[in-house]
Amino acid sequence: MTFFRDTATIFSREFAPVWREPLSLVFTMAQPLLFLYLFGPLLESGTATPGPAWQWFVPGILIMMCLSGPLMAGYFLLLDLIGGSMERLLVTPVSRTALLVGRTLKEFVVLLAQAVLIIGLAVPLGLDLHVPGVLTGLTLLVVFGIGLGGLSFVLAIVSAPGGELFYGITQVVMFPLLLLSGVLLPVENGPGWLQVAASINPVTYIVEAERSLFAGRFLDAPVVWGTAAAVVTALLGLHLARRRMARGL
Amino acid sequence: MIHARGLTKTYTLKKTSVDAVRGVDLDVEPGQLVAFLGPNGAGKSTCLRMLTGLLPPTSGTARVAGHDVTTEAAAVRARIGYIGQKGGAGEAFRIGDELVTQGRCYGMTRREARSRAEELLTVVGLDGLFARKPSTLSGGQRRRLDIALGLMNRPPLLFLDEPSTGLDPASRADIWSHILRLRADHGTTLFLTTHYLEEADAMAERVVVIDQGRIIADGTARGLKADLAGDRLTVTLHDPADVPRAAELAASLPGAADVTSDGPKLTLRVAAADRALPEFVRALDAAGLKVDTAESSRPTLDDVFLALTGRTLQDEDA
Repeated sequence: MTFFRDTATIFSREFAPVWREPLSLVFTMAQPLLFLYLFGPLLESGTATPGPAWQWFVPGILIMMCLSGPLMAGYFLLLDLIGGSMERLLVTPVSRTALLVGRTLKEFVVLLAQAVLIIGLAVPLGLDLHVPGVLTGLTLLVVFGIGLGGLSFVLAIVSAPGGELFYGITQVVMFPLLLLSGVLLPVENGPGWLQVAASINPVTYIVEAERSLFAGRFLDAPVVWGTAAAVVTALLGLHLARRRMARGL
Repeated sequence: MIHARGLTKTYTLKKTSVDAVRGVDLDVEPGQLVAFLGPNGAGKSTCLRMLTGLLPPTSGTARVAGHDVTTEAAAVRARIGYIGQKGGAGEAFRIGDELVTQGRCYGMTRREARSRAEELLTVVGLDGLFARKPSTLSGGQRRRLDIALGLMNRPPLLFLDEPSTGLDPASRADIWSHILRLRADHGTTLFLTTHYLEEADAMAERVVVIDQGRIIADGTARGLKADLAGDRLTVTLHDPADVPRAAELAASLPGAADVTSDGPKLTLRVAAADRALPEFVRALDAAGLKVDTAESSRPTLDDVFLALTGRTLQDEDA
């Protein structure tokens, strides 16, 4: 019971800044929005992508958001760890697990809101809305996001108090993951080594799964692989975060 | 209020173990104001973090506010307040929201937390700033906000880790007036670390000195100084050639010790400077040695630390 109350407390703490300044949600989305409006149209006219361009590209933007949002969730935790506010919360009887779950929940809500916004904006551009597929795709996205959030929290805790490790790893990891997942352009057109690198990138599978789902093809093989990749990421992230929290901060 | 026995913390850093705290025994009675003193790295903060349940001890036990810190951590947490070295409020949040969050972490309803937050903002002189963010506050205001955060649950025992570090003198005095008022109004037990020796000296009725993970002295500031340090006399001789002769006279004063010289300056320790200084100057005069200046100084806690360890606190700060 106290766990749920504490989770609600932490969630409302983390969510308050977004709630008070909803426009901040849009500012943090500047990059995906730019890609949607300034990069998407280039794909639309060309023959670079297999199938209808928006159907192919929008899932990619969502993954991009998922990488920048939840993966950077640890950044806010890091700020609290470097400052005194995490310590201040840890001195209270608040549930330790709730401290992370409440934060994750906030990332979850923000990610979902941003994803819905992107999809809403993409429809007039030409995205074909397969509602059940999109809903399943969003679920998959959120599962993946929670896992990334967990990993990001662990990284933040390990990096405190300096933080260099966190900035280093997130910067080094994020772009290769993104570029090697075929988010922006199809990897199939690339050289062999690139395709091999992409094939060991879990993000690739999730992007592929999202594309199948957004096209309404639930039974495609990538959906299975993508779901597996997202679930494994989520379990791994949550497990590591829990284990790290149990050791105390 | 605090009963610690054999409290020990050993860290493993790069495969070598570091004994941060080695067997600390400590008893603090309700209503006391205790200053915990020691150089950086002495184990002050580690002790504080163990007593507040932030860090599990490697061995030893501590009962804080009537409960065991390891086995009854939640009960301890509900009964203590802690004001850390760093600002407690997150930069992205409104200060009122942070206070409400803190209250809710202690199990208050939103309404209770809100009214307690308003009350405390008034107490620390930040009324009307509920909707502000910490970045818009001055250093002193931030520290008062930290105090408010530490008081949300009306703790009978409050830990403060260097409460006045980094503040200008006026803000320091202001923070102290809040701390002392807490004690006067609510009988709050206060346990604080500081590296401003003069603060510990002026404010605390009990000073506990820790060095290299062990408590090396425990008593009133006055008692420690009288027992361990003594007063200091410094005279400047007109002719530096007279220094050896003056040193002989100094050594023959009753209770004189540690006679040292530096150029024309001669320094020594005596039990009571008010009696020894006139006597010393008269003796120098009678011997025909001309004295330019003469001064006496009361010992500081730094002198106490020096007497205990052979090092000064400031050396360690670098």
